[in-house]
Amino acid sequence: MANKKSKKPTIAVYKFSSCDGCQLGILNLEDELLDLVGVVEIAHFLEARRQVLPGPYDIGLVEGSVSTPEEVQRIKEIRHSCGILIALGTCATAGGVQGLRNFEDLEELINIVYEHPEFIDSLPNSTRVADHVKVDYELWGCPVNKYQVVEALVAILQNRRPNLPQYSLCLECKRLGNPCVTVAYGMPCLGPIVRAGCGALCPSNGRGCYGCFGPMDTAEVDAFIPVLKSHQRYPGEAVRLLRTISGYAPAFVDAAELILAQEEE
Amino acid sequence: MRPEVPVAAIAHQADKLLSPDWAKVVEITPEAEGIATYWLELEDESLRQRYRFAHGQFNMLYIPGYGEAAISISSDPEKPDRIGHTIRFVGNVTRAVSRLKVADQVGLRGPFGTAWPIEQYKGRDVVLSAGGIGLAPLRPVIYEIYNHREDYGKVVILYGARTPKDLLYVNEFPVWEEKDIELMVTVDRADQDWTGQVGVVPMLFYRARFDTNNTVVFSCGPEIMMRFVVFEGLARRIPPEHIYLSLERNMKCGQGMCGHCQMGPFFICKDGPVYCYEELEPYFHLEDL
Amino acid sequence: MPDMKLTLNNEVVIQKSELDALLAAVRQQGYQTVGPVIKHEVLQYGPIEGISDLPQGYTSVQDAGSYRIKNTGHSRYFDITPGARTWKEYIYPPRKRLFTLSKENRHWERVKIEEEIPKYALVGVRPCELQAIGVLDAVLVRKDFTDPDYFARRSRLFILAVDCLHPGDTCFCASMGSGPEAGEGYDLKLTELDDCFLIRIGSDIGLAVMQELNWEPATAFCQQAAQRGLEHAARSMGRHIRDIESVPDAILDNLEHPHWIEVSARCMSCGNCTFVCPTCFCWDAVDEVSVTIKETSRYRVWDSCFNLAYSAQAGGNTRPSTKSRYRQWLSHKFGNWQKQFNVLGCVGCGRCITWCPAGIDVTEEVKVFQEVSS
Repeated sequence: MANKKSKKPTIAVYKFSSCDGCQLGILNLEDELLDLVGVVEIAHFLEARRQVLPGPYDIGLVEGSVSTPEEVQRIKEIRHSCGILIALGTCATAGGVQGLRNFEDLEELINIVYEHPEFIDSLPNSTRVADHVKVDYELWGCPVNKYQVVEALVAILQNRRPNLPQYSLCLECKRLGNPCVTVAYGMPCLGPIVRAGCGALCPSNGRGCYGCFGPMDTAEVDAFIPVLKSHQRYPGEAVRLLRTISGYAPAFVDAAELILAQEEE
Repeated sequence: MRPEVPVAAIAHQADKLLSPDWAKVVEITPEAEGIATYWLELEDESLRQRYRFAHGQFNMLYIPGYGEAAISISSDPEKPDRIGHTIRFVGNVTRAVSRLKVADQVGLRGPFGTAWPIEQYKGRDVVLSAGGIGLAPLRPVIYEIYNHREDYGKVVILYGARTPKDLLYVNEFPVWEEKDIELMVTVDRADQDWTGQVGVVPMLFYRARFDTNNTVVFSCGPEIMMRFVVFEGLARRIPPEHIYLSLERNMKCGQGMCGHCQMGPFFICKDGPVYCYEELEPYFHLEDL
Repeated sequence: MPDMKLTLNNEVVIQKSELDALLAAVRQQGYQTVGPVIKHEVLQYGPIEGISDLPQGYTSVQDAGSYRIKNTGHSRYFDITPGARTWKEYIYPPRKRLFTLSKENRHWERVKIEEEIPKYALVGVRPCELQAIGVLDAVLVRKDFTDPDYFARRSRLFILAVDCLHPGDTCFCASMGSGPEAGEGYDLKLTELDDCFLIRIGSDIGLAVMQELNWEPATAFCQQAAQRGLEHAARSMGRHIRDIESVPDAILDNLEHPHWIEVSARCMSCGNCTFVCPTCFCWDAVDEVSVTIKETSRYRVWDSCFNLAYSAQAGGNTRPSTKSRYRQWLSHKFGNWQKQFNVLGCVGCGRCITWCPAGIDVTEEVKVFQEVSS
């Protein structure tokens, strides 16, 4: 595991198409950062330090979605130079908020947005890292939960599976004693099909979950759709909620398409 | 009204909920690819002297940071100061165990669960049928028979593993056979050197000879294997009350209070893992219970 | 104060304003008083000082998958039925540190943690909730094993129960035999009448508290008013299960009935029902490791049979489908629980009906199994 020059495992943090928020999440580990650099060598983290140690690296953390041909090439190179690859945040695990464009006509969007559309070279979709290379661990969230980043790194150092919950957000929310925003306030909330891990941030503040931690493995989409639809506050809200942050996650793609198909009938 | 409990009985453990005792690894015996026996001794002298277990019970072994795993005890209950656990390295905890060295510490809670009622079957024939790692919880029974061979009638071990390389305790096979313990071994897939049986464990039933009116069957292995063992046992007219199975479920507490290991009305950790088939029968065939 | 000497099981009357003195007397005994409060438009439990903290005038409108509070301006303090939270969290916290270990020279040492277990006085425990605490006692305080943490918290409780005169729309305690009148297990029990509280003394500590107060002997008029209120309450439950004795067999004899598939098509496997249930007791233990890897803390957290990891084991998952997980939950509550602990796991509080976002109604599901088995 350890790099030749240093006994500590080396970490590289990379940015793809993203807002840098997940990298900031790592920098925001105020209480843990000093301890962390005591056990790992941060070898490549351009947002934090200019100095770059030569690879290969033991652990690579990739923020952002793969959305250009150049990025496809780069993620393959990174995969080769990292022992363990972690997809960091929902851009890297599901295409992110920029995945909104996956549901539109790309050419039309480029023409609307950019003054010189001819300079834009883009993949048809904003894609997750795992579509291109093997990913060892996925940390969801927009942004990631910084404590899950620590847990993943510590778990790798300890040679064990990280302890990342696979159950619904509702369980995390209820452990905190929150009133259910759907039942008590009639708000749409993706909680019942979303994986826990964020600390139920939105429902703790009286808002519905918009699913940035992505669908849980056992997401019961068919049972959930009628619940979501019956709590829409305006037409189309259910589909918007599903497609906002983790919209390109397969379970959410299916759910949104099912709702659209039902509406057409 | 407060619940009635002998307060003194729990006062000494008010902060000991799920708190392990510590044991040291004193020896590691490799058994097969990805399987080894870890011999443990409790560090605390008085605990070590008091510690007793019965054939088929299990301990919760704890590696801090990795968690706890229920592991059956596979050593001789007459030598309880040296506790043997044959462990297959498949999960977070057991893989952490695989990295332990002699003199390393392991947390231990136990023993838990029910036992093979071997001593009730003195004077009778005994059939032990095991699949894969399922031989481990039956080994205490083999020790019992070995130590008191004259107490039992015909003894047959029907044992199967995936390949010859996966067979456990092969060095002990001749020792068992010397004591007139008949051993019938089969593998799912043979290799070039294998001259024995190929096939599944229940198949061995046809060839085993024992007095069906006077026999007890103990079985441990994959549930699908045990289903067929039960089928073959009943077909040979062994009554359900003389067939015993050891079940596996996700066990966390060992005391029937965390809920995980439930199957129908049972907490496998407390009411099991060893069950008389007669008791299990109404639930055993239900899918995903 | 009248000449009558107070004893256990006495019934007396206090003025409503005297409740402040009652709570003060309870605190005098070393308890923290917690009770029903409206917070974020939901009835929750939290610290209370006196009668002005109570949700006077409030009621709730509940249905499968829906909850709203309403202030109707009535004068009663204890009229609103429970929200999602339960008293369980006071005796069996959702997350509790078990111990912290520190590694030195390949050796694990236990780090000393001072933890004082609080003494809570639970104010306004409804009959279903009182029964639920009794059910948890049966699970966690047993002859063969007692959960020491639960027992320590439980034995420090003071319980002020209230009879339930205005049950909610998803309530069915009368069907379960746990209400509307509070059964055994309280220190004091209160029945809220229009102009006074009728109080019954259930324990020595309850007696000691009452001796501090201005009370009067209960009149037959008050007792009759309470009785009439309870009879009316029993008739006005929002939900019903008829013939509860037949339910365990009706469910356990039909574990392979196709209705499990039908109900699981509506179930999201989210687990809300298990965490709002006042008797669900399942937990998981998880380790948290410090960044330096030198320290490990072990926590006990609430777990749910709807969590896929709950039934995971080396050989595969024993309950891979929502159907099998829902069947486990319902057949445990209404069937196997009785075999395990000699009491049903359901007390009829209706929380799992109200707080199921999909609005699955256990009373309806139970009915289906009763029908197929009759």
